[in-house]
Amino acid sequence: MTLATNQQIIPFALEGVDGKSYSPGAFPNARALAVIFWCNHCPYVRAWENRIIALGREYAGRGVSFVLINSNDPEKVPDDSFEQMKVRAREYAYPFPYLFDATQEVARQYGATRTPEVFLFDASQTLRYHGAPDDNVDDAQAVRQHFLREALDAVLLDRPPALAKTPPKGCTIKWR
Amino acid sequence: MIPLPHPAPSDYNRDAVHIDFLYWEGCPSHEEALGRLRVVLEEEGIDAELATIHVSTDAAARTLRFPGSPTIRVQGRDIQPETAQTSVSGLTCRLYILDDGHPSPLPSAELIRRAVRAAAERSEKEVEA
Repeated sequence: MTLATNQQIIPFALEGVDGKSYSPGAFPNARALAVIFWCNHCPYVRAWENRIIALGREYAGRGVSFVLINSNDPEKVPDDSFEQMKVRAREYAYPFPYLFDATQEVARQYGATRTPEVFLFDASQTLRYHGAPDDNVDDAQAVRQHFLREALDAVLLDRPPALAKTPPKGCTIKWR
Repeated sequence: MIPLPHPAPSDYNRDAVHIDFLYWEGCPSHEEALGRLRVVLEEEGIDAELATIHVSTDAAARTLRFPGSPTIRVQGRDIQPETAQTSVSGLTCRLYILDDGHPSPLPSAELIRRAVRAAAERSEKEVEA
């Protein structure tokens, strides 16, 4: 069962690559919070990575927080281990927390199945958008529908996004 | 041994370029990649025997040295061997590096085109020899 639009955020407490523990309560003043299931190895993540970093930087000044969560089993994908997450976040200077869901419980509770998979919450931490970052993983210049950007703009205007849900497109989460 | 849906050797069209399209349905990029491959073959006017092979188990992935979905082998040669060699065999999505250096889950039409053109040229030379 996937978290549905208009439902409240599901609490989590996960360790980030910076050694700190993060929960939804760590962002009390966020006007929007994008929780994105993520990983290191997936080519979809790699293709969207620079776009998500740019979006995170752009909206940080407007009170938006991004949080990335890796739920993949590192036994199956060694590139997605916590140590490799630290390397990746440092290499790409991630401007947001990158958290490790070692038990995979958070992914299960959210009903996440793919990386990347976006859950965007408003200031009251109510789900307003769930799905893919945009409509063209292959070519950033050819994007016609900027799903996450448009949802962020709507949420910041206190309006419902025109699209509340799109199919997540990416690698499957690697379950134990 | 994993049985492949290839034609028996006696059934091969000797003049055709043989292409294996390996995919895993857990990765969503295979349909678009197969479409690109078919468009390129049509645009290039290349007579090809195309085998689509669904890789569905880790054992099959290891046996086939499957570096992720989708993988295209033209006359047995991967269209981007450098990224195939750095990947671990398994049921996952395949990473391609595009000409501009960007990562992608899909091979570009140009990457496919270069591979099939090179194979067609090699076949022509072999026929002439």
